Amino acid sequence: MAEPLLDIRGLKTWFKTEDGMVRAVDGVDLHIDSGETLGVVGESGCGKTVTARSVLKLIDMPPGRFEAGQILWKGRDLIPLEASEMNSIRAKEIAIIFQEPMTSLNPVYTVGDQIAEVIELHQKLSRKQALVAAAEMLRLVNIPNPQRRVHDYPHQFSGGMRQRVMIAMALSCQPKLLIADEPTTALDVTIQAQILELMQEMKDRFGMAIMLITHAMGVVAETCQRVTVMYAGLVVEEAPVEALFGNPRHPYTQGLIRSIPRVDRSAAKKQRLEAIAGTVPNMLEPPPGCRFAARCKFAMDICNQGIPPLKEVGTGHFVRCVL
Amino acid sequence: MTVPAAVPASDAAEPLLSVRELRKHFAIRGGILSRVIDKVHAVDGVSFDIAPGETLGLVGESGCGKSTTGRCILRLIEPSSGEVWFQGTDVTKMGPEKLQSLRRDMQIIFQDPYASLNPRLTIGAIIGEALTIHKLAPSRQAHEDRVVQLLETVGLRPDHMRRFPHEFSGGQRQRIGIARALAVEPKLLICDEPVSALDVSIQAQVINLLEDLQEQFGLTYLFIAHDLSVVEHISTRIAVMYLGRVVEIAPAAELYDTPLHPYSEALLSAVPIPDPTVKRKRIMLQGDVPNPIRPPSGCHFHTRCPIARPDCSQRSPVLEEKRPGHWAACHYRE
Repeated sequence: MAEPLLDIRGLKTWFKTEDGMVRAVDGVDLHIDSGETLGVVGESGCGKTVTARSVLKLIDMPPGRFEAGQILWKGRDLIPLEASEMNSIRAKEIAIIFQEPMTSLNPVYTVGDQIAEVIELHQKLSRKQALVAAAEMLRLVNIPNPQRRVHDYPHQFSGGMRQRVMIAMALSCQPKLLIADEPTTALDVTIQAQILELMQEMKDRFGMAIMLITHAMGVVAETCQRVTVMYAGLVVEEAPVEALFGNPRHPYTQGLIRSIPRVDRSAAKKQRLEAIAGTVPNMLEPPPGCRFAARCKFAMDICNQGIPPLKEVGTGHFVRCVL
Repeated sequence: MTVPAAVPASDAAEPLLSVRELRKHFAIRGGILSRVIDKVHAVDGVSFDIAPGETLGLVGESGCGKSTTGRCILRLIEPSSGEVWFQGTDVTKMGPEKLQSLRRDMQIIFQDPYASLNPRLTIGAIIGEALTIHKLAPSRQAHEDRVVQLLETVGLRPDHMRRFPHEFSGGQRQRIGIARALAVEPKLLICDEPVSALDVSIQAQVINLLEDLQEQFGLTYLFIAHDLSVVEHISTRIAVMYLGRVVEIAPAAELYDTPLHPYSEALLSAVPIPDPTVKRKRIMLQGDVPNPIRPPSGCHFHTRCPIARPDCSQRSPVLEEKRPGHWAACHYRE
C-alpha cells in the first residue's frame, strides 16, 4: 500500500492550565490517503479540533505542547519544523476551514484582498493578477457576481456565502489536504447541504483529500469514505463508513449512532432514544483504563486496568475495546 | 377561512393554547436622531392551536421567527398585534398581575444553559425562586423538600442544590433549567431549542427526560428547534415556518411522509441521514434565506421555490386544509 498522505502517530497535545495538565489529545493515531474523505467524529472536548490544529501547528505554545508522537506529512515529520518551513506547508499543501466563518475572516479587509494575500504569498503573482485569481476562485465556489463581490467586506456576506469565501481562500493554492473543522455546524440545514455539495465538487475538481471534523453522524454518513471516532483524547474506533454504521463495534460508537433521532424512520417504528448515561471524563485526570468504562453498559473489571489497544476486527476496521 | 378567528370559551375540545394572527414587527432605528427607518416582520401573521397533552414542534431556519413566536406567547416580547388564547383568556390583553399568575401555567426553557442560569445563585436558589414568588411553599422545610423533589425529578442529586451553575455540564444545566420551569407546575412548557447546544449523547438524555415528564405530569409542549430529526422524534404535530409565516402544519408522521409545501420538502430532504446505505434524492435550494426586512412579495418562498410560477410573486398563499388536519400555504400543491 502506498504511503499515506498524512500519518499521525501517537500524537499527544497537552495544555498546561492553572488546574494542571489537560490531556486534550492523548495518543491519537490516524491517517489519510490521497483523495479520500476521512470523517473525524466525537463530542465536545474529545480532542478532534486540537488534533486538526496540531497538524497545521495552530496551537498556541505555551500553554499547549506536543508531548509525544509524530505528524508525518508525506513521510516527513512536521513537529520539529521551524515556523518558516511550516508556512510553506500551510495553504499550499494543507489548508483549513473553520466552523465560524465570521471570526476567521478579517472584517477590515475585502474578501478579495484576503484571498489575494494567500495567492500572492504562495504563487508569486502580482497583486493585480492575484485579485483576478481571487475573483476566479469566488466564481468556482458559486458566489454570484464574483467580479463585484471580490471588493466586498465579510459582513456583506451571509453565513453560507462566508463559508464559500473561506473555501475559496483555502483552495486558492490547490492544497493536497483540506481540513474542515465543523464547516457546516453554524449553518442552516439547507445551506449545509449546499456547502457539503460544494466541498464534494471541489474535491472532485482538485483531487484533494478532506479531513472532515464534525459531531454530526449524518454528515459523516453522507460524505466520508472512512471514519475515525474519538473519545476523551483517543481514537476508539476506525472503519470504512459502511462498516462503522452497519456494524459499529465500540460501545461508544454504538451509543452515538443509536442516540440520534432518525427522520427517515416512520413514526410507527419510533423507539425511545438510547441515551448514553453520564458525561465525558475530566481530561485533567483521565481514568487509568478505558476512558469510556464509566459510561459503558458492558464495562468489566478489566476495563479499568489500562487502556485497551486498537485491534483490527475487520478489513480496515479497528476498535479500542476489550470485547 | 383557515382557522377560527377566536376560540369559543365553551368548546368541549378546547385547545390549551390558540395563537391567532400573531405579528411582531421590530423597529430598525438609524441616523443621528435614531428614527424608525424600517421594520423587520419577524412574525407575520402566525396562527395555530395546541391541544392539551400534545407536543407542537415549530421548525424553521435561523431568522424565520420561531423563537420570537415562542417569546410573544409568554409576552417576554410584546407582540405587535394578534391574539394568544390560553384557557379561554387572551394573554395579549392581560395586566401585569394576571400575567404573573399566567406564568405559573406557562414556562419556558432556553437554548443556552450557560446564559440562562444566574452564576451567583446556588441551584437550590435558582429552582426555589419561583416557589417564593408564587408563594408555593408554606414553610422553609416544605420549600427545601420541594427543591429536592424537583432535582430528583430531573435526574439530579439533592446535594446538588448547594452548588453553583459553573460546577455543572451543559446537559446538567439544561436539567436545572427544566427543574426551574417545573417548580410552578406549569401546564404548557415552551422549549426554545432546548437541546441544540448539547452533544448528541446528552441530547438524547434530555429528550428522553422531556418525554418522561410529559407523561408523568401531562405537560403540553411547544417545541421550537431547527433540528428536524429532533422535532420529528418528539412532536405530535409540526408547524414549519419560513420568514415569519407558517407554511405548513401537519401531524409529524404525515409531514415527513408527504410534505406538501415545497419548502418543507426541501428542508426534509436536506437533513443528512446517519446511514451510508440510504441514498436519497436531495432537493437543493438555491441561494440564501432572503432578508426579512424586505421579504419577497407574494409567497415569501417564491425566490427559492423549485415549482414557483409567475403569479407566486403576486399572490400570498393562505394556510388551507389540503387534507384532514394537514394545512399548507401553497397555490400549487394539493
